[in-house]
Amino acid sequence: MKRAAFNHRLLPVALLVPQIAIIAIFFYWPAWTAIQSSFYLEDPFGFGSTFVGTDNYTRLFASSEYLKVAQFTILFTVIITVFALGAALLLAVKADKVLRGARTYRTLLMWVYAIAPPVAGFIGVMLFDQNIGPMTDLFNWLGHDYRLGLNYMDTAFAMTITSIWIQIPVNFIFFLSGLQSIPQSVKEAAMIDNASPTRRFWETTFPLLAPTAFFLLIINITYALFDTFGVIDTIVYGNPASNPMTLVYKVFVDGFRGNDIGGSSAQSVVLMLLVLGLTIFQFRMLERRIHYT
Amino acid sequence: MATVRLSNISKTYPNGAKAVHPTSFDIADGELIVLVGPSGCGKSTLLRMVAGLEDITTGELSIGERIVNTLDPAERDIAMVFQNYALYPHMTVGKNMAYGLKNRGIDKATIAAKVDTAAQMLNLTEYLDRRPSQLSGGQRQRVAMGRAIVRDPALFLFDEPLSNLDAKLRNQMRIEIRALQRRLNTTAMYVTHDQVEAMTMADRIVVLNGGQVEQIGTPSEIYRAPASTFVASFMGAPPMNLIPAHYNGNGTVAVGSLSLPIARPADHKGEVVLGIRPEDATIGGTTPFKLDLIEELGANRLLHGTIDGNAFTVNAPNDDQPLATDLTLSLPNDTLHLFHGESGVRL
Ligand SMILES: Nc1ncnc2c1ncn2[C@@H]1O[C@H](COP(=O)(O)OP(=O)(O)OP(=O)(O)O)[C@@H](O)[C@H]1O
Ligand SMILES: [Mg+2]
Repeated sequence: MKRAAFNHRLLPVALLVPQIAIIAIFFYWPAWTAIQSSFYLEDPFGFGSTFVGTDNYTRLFASSEYLKVAQFTILFTVIITVFALGAALLLAVKADKVLRGARTYRTLLMWVYAIAPPVAGFIGVMLFDQNIGPMTDLFNWLGHDYRLGLNYMDTAFAMTITSIWIQIPVNFIFFLSGLQSIPQSVKEAAMIDNASPTRRFWETTFPLLAPTAFFLLIINITYALFDTFGVIDTIVYGNPASNPMTLVYKVFVDGFRGNDIGGSSAQSVVLMLLVLGLTIFQFRMLERRIHYT
Repeated sequence: MATVRLSNISKTYPNGAKAVHPTSFDIADGELIVLVGPSGCGKSTLLRMVAGLEDITTGELSIGERIVNTLDPAERDIAMVFQNYALYPHMTVGKNMAYGLKNRGIDKATIAAKVDTAAQMLNLTEYLDRRPSQLSGGQRQRVAMGRAIVRDPALFLFDEPLSNLDAKLRNQMRIEIRALQRRLNTTAMYVTHDQVEAMTMADRIVVLNGGQVEQIGTPSEIYRAPASTFVASFMGAPPMNLIPAHYNGNGTVAVGSLSLPIARPADHKGEVVLGIRPEDATIGGTTPFKLDLIEELGANRLLHGTIDGNAFTVNAPNDDQPLATDLTLSLPNDTLHLFHGESGVRL
């Protein structure tokens, strides 16, 4: 291969500038501003700010409301991750049985699922609509007066189900392609070695899916923590006060609705640390094991 | 150890492809049967039906005393060695071998002992803690063998187990597998498309063509008396020379203007195919042979040429003598094979 040679010294720098600029403008600068303003108390009307040290942080961890949201976020994340991964794995295993060899069918199915997420999100929200949503009707029929946006549990339920619903297709695609990449002969060898289909799955198929599963675990945790913003916003928009929300949504609510820039910044810093932790965990695990070939 | 009986086993795939036509044969206790035939002739399909990996469309299969048609692969008391070895990538060599035993509820000490014995037999002892990805192709092949051996099954099934190895290793493993199978005295069914493997390993060979059995017999039966032109041309390297000829029943076959006496009279008169093994023809005789090309094989050499316009090959000892283009051959009449001109069936 011929090596491309830059005959101008400034060209590589020029080529890098847009990328660096984007990272700087949209990541480093806001992150730095957030860290900075988390140590200040901002006047709600924008007439200057006072340095308050770690007050914003102590206030945060003393706030029972913040702890409640944190608790909800953890539960929300665990439930979404478990159910979105579980349901997708189950669907993928079923689909894999049908799809062996049927290539065109497989590609078609993949396409449908690849387009699906935004559509699925919209449908999910519609399902729980107060006026036309079939889930609302179902609950009413079951004798429960379903109040989306008014009843804490009802709202939490809608948020969770919709968020799971959106994430399943992505997980499904990854699991399915993971399953399809397992050689048929390995599965057949296992059929000869082990009579129980369930144990066969957990002992010979699932371990080969472990890299995929681990990757998806991180993706799903990240999704539940951060990318569910849109769903939550669609559902609680208008009256966030008494409704469940995640930490990320609370940053938005406190900062832009409550005009508490200092507190909201402190919350973002906490979230940044969380992401940092998650990333370190992921790299550690990737280094350690979980791939075989 | 068991006898295996296939009676009228056939396979039609769901898409309508008829892969195996009704086939019957028995495999004696401790016998090694080789299924051989060209690509797509249904060897794997037949083997996989015995393994239980494909449903049997019609017919009855028994292993030992049991009819196993409806049993799952794990319940048939078989062990299989796959072409690509099909080792479990996430398990060590030791665990790969132990897995089948563990699932059959055998206690740990027995499993460890069996794995150790098999590992010693196959020179794998120092690799027991490695993953398959850390082994060479030949070592993986041994692990696959080990996984089959430790199970001590009623029947070994091999689907082209050597075809991913290089030629030298293939020869070595061929001999090892054969020796192991002899030593363990386990009934075995071995699929290959390599006729040398078939000839050297088999107690009996089943030659398949287009889903149909062409011939079943010992390697020497197949070699001495091929049942059809297909078998004659498939088994033997280089293959038997086949020349269209005419037979009028009076003890001679006519190849163009030539006439050859034949030892075995046959009832059929008319168009026939005359078969002569390259190693049965010798230089110097009465049949004119026009030499086109010499292939040196070391001890022997192959002389490619024509007899009366028909392609013909002679396998002659290599005496390093230069050869003229116009030679004569002697074709001993007791080495000539006759086949039906249309059906190709041996006469
Ligand atoms: N799952 C299947 N569905 C439909 N037809 C199949 C299937 N598997 C095999 N066949 C067909 O059945 C025939 C026999 O296939 P088989 O795999 O048994 O051949 P083979 O003798 O093992 O060939 P090779 O030496 O190439 O492995 C082929 O014509 C093949 O196309
Ligand atoms: Mg095959």
